[in-house]
Amino acid sequence: MTVNRRTFLGASVAAAATLQAPAVLGAGKPRVVVVGGGAGGATAARYIAKGSKGEIDVTLVEPSRSYYTCFFSNLYIGGFRELSSIAHSYGTLASQYGINVVHDWAVGIDRDARTVTLAGGAVLPYDRLILSPGIDFVEGAVEGWDVSAQNKMPHAYKAGSQSELLKAQIEAMPEGGTFAMIAPPNPFRCPPGPYERISMVAHVLKEKNPTAKIIVADPKPKFSKMALFQEGWGNHYDGMIDWIGPDFGGDVVSVNPDAMTVTIDGEETKVDACNVIPAMKAGRICEMAGITEGNWAPVDGRTMQSRMDENIHVLGDACAQGDMPKSGFSANSQAKVAAMAVRAALTGSKMFPAKFSNTCWSLIGTDDGVKVGATYEATEEKIAKVDGFISQTGENAELRQATYEESIGWYAGITSDMFG
Amino acid sequence: MRFWGGTLIVWGALTGVAWADETAVQIGDAARGEQLFEQCAACHQVGEGAEHGIGPHLNGIFDRKVAQFEDFSYSEGITRARRDGMVWDLEHLDAYLNNPKVLVSGTNMEFAGLKDPQDRGDVLAYLRQFSASPQDIPEAAPTALAEEFELPPEILAIVGDPDYGEYLSTECTTCHQVDGEYDGIPVITGWYEEDFVLAMHAYKEKIRPHPVMHMMAARLSDEEIAALAAYFGALE
Repeated sequence: MTVNRRTFLGASVAAAATLQAPAVLGAGKPRVVVVGGGAGGATAARYIAKGSKGEIDVTLVEPSRSYYTCFFSNLYIGGFRELSSIAHSYGTLASQYGINVVHDWAVGIDRDARTVTLAGGAVLPYDRLILSPGIDFVEGAVEGWDVSAQNKMPHAYKAGSQSELLKAQIEAMPEGGTFAMIAPPNPFRCPPGPYERISMVAHVLKEKNPTAKIIVADPKPKFSKMALFQEGWGNHYDGMIDWIGPDFGGDVVSVNPDAMTVTIDGEETKVDACNVIPAMKAGRICEMAGITEGNWAPVDGRTMQSRMDENIHVLGDACAQGDMPKSGFSANSQAKVAAMAVRAALTGSKMFPAKFSNTCWSLIGTDDGVKVGATYEATEEKIAKVDGFISQTGENAELRQATYEESIGWYAGITSDMFG
Repeated sequence: MRFWGGTLIVWGALTGVAWADETAVQIGDAARGEQLFEQCAACHQVGEGAEHGIGPHLNGIFDRKVAQFEDFSYSEGITRARRDGMVWDLEHLDAYLNNPKVLVSGTNMEFAGLKDPQDRGDVLAYLRQFSASPQDIPEAAPTALAEEFELPPEILAIVGDPDYGEYLSTECTTCHQVDGEYDGIPVITGWYEEDFVLAMHAYKEKIRPHPVMHMMAARLSDEEIAALAAYFGALE
């Protein structure tokens, strides 16, 4: 049965008043509310609905009707994908899986009453809550920048209009102009992401504005796939990219969005486009729920349950779980473990040992793809790495092309795994 | 009795048995192989003046990277194997002759396979006469055959738990699409269970090329591979 949004909301508000005992004890179908419709949340909602075959009532709360994946948004910036090709809607999850999709913001969580309050006023009761809200930015992380400056100096680290803005600004740079990126400190969403983005910016500039310069100020001495990126930058964009690590003041940075200047280690530079990627933290709803420790929400990797509330599971970028990188692939992998654990708790279905994996593909230039990946298992203490691999420097062009083509296949795979 | 042709050499390595050049034996009887080759000849030519037919000619195939002829139109599957760096050395030729689909998903080679290792050895001994590089005697890798090991029949006899397979499959479906769409990553639904089991063991033993699959298969137990085969085999 498919429940449309209006009837669902009406029913759930009425139910909130009467439903006191946990649904699992016999007061009707158990309810799962999922907050966030990205790689973690959409996957979890789909797997719970699919696996429970109607035994669990699943509600997915996601503000966007059109969801743009962060993964592959760099390829849009580089001109390898259309923006529309990374946009997805929730129609199939609603119509084929019977998920109640609610396009609204979750603005409050009452852990004692086990309810989620939405901006529109609805109150959703849950037996289990899954939070997969992605990231927010740490205030004051980059001196001179806050979110009110995100139109002048976009972060483009939540895909969609920010990606469009950044792409337009790169393409509008004057001949021989300067592009700057302020790279984030660890841990952050998509570890190779800033460096793939630099590659894509360089690709665009090399074609349209070959005398332009790229400056990267980075607080980290090392970054993901560093040798592969540096080799690729030398091969494709020799002399164009100036990466400034902490040894040369890349960690002492301020920006002035009104004057369009960047100051690195006391030296001010006028820039024509600037991508500020600030330090990150769990999506704010985690803080509001009171389940964060520092910037992130700690979880037990065996079930992805919050260490602070067993009725809440936290997925993806927002959680602190151990060794897995913050990536869409990781969130998708964690969602399946959480879905299994939620079903086991609410309907008594089988529980198997948690297994996780991740692979991150990055595009350096045309047909020049690289990848890094690992497998993981859950221990009592954390999600621990088991095995891994990484592309090698000096690989031949045919293998790099195959790696890129494989990433296109992966995109089709994971998005159909998320959205049905 | 079943033989696990594809992983003979690796099993030897894993179990501490010396590698091929110390335990080399003649790979087979070329004269008998010539007769057996008649069933291949409808598609493949070999020898002086050989040309491509339905399949490519087989002169010089030993120790050559797969799918190397620019004037032959290869399947997507074999092209991918080339990109992954697969080489037609003895162990890969042997595995391919045993069951082409197990080594290369999506190959155009419509051949059920030679199940008897002696048959394969004989055919390969015949083909080997038309490959320049490995004609040096005494035989050594890539042409020498190591001692044979059987895959314990109980591995192929394991009945997979499809429920467990369904859970395990969720790791696969991040990349491989359940509805069987092909967008650059191979289709894994609807395989015969035995082919699936053999292919996964071939990844686990690194006979099939591909680093992601080596990593994924490495931590799967025999029971888990059987469970995945049972689950995916039942999907349309």
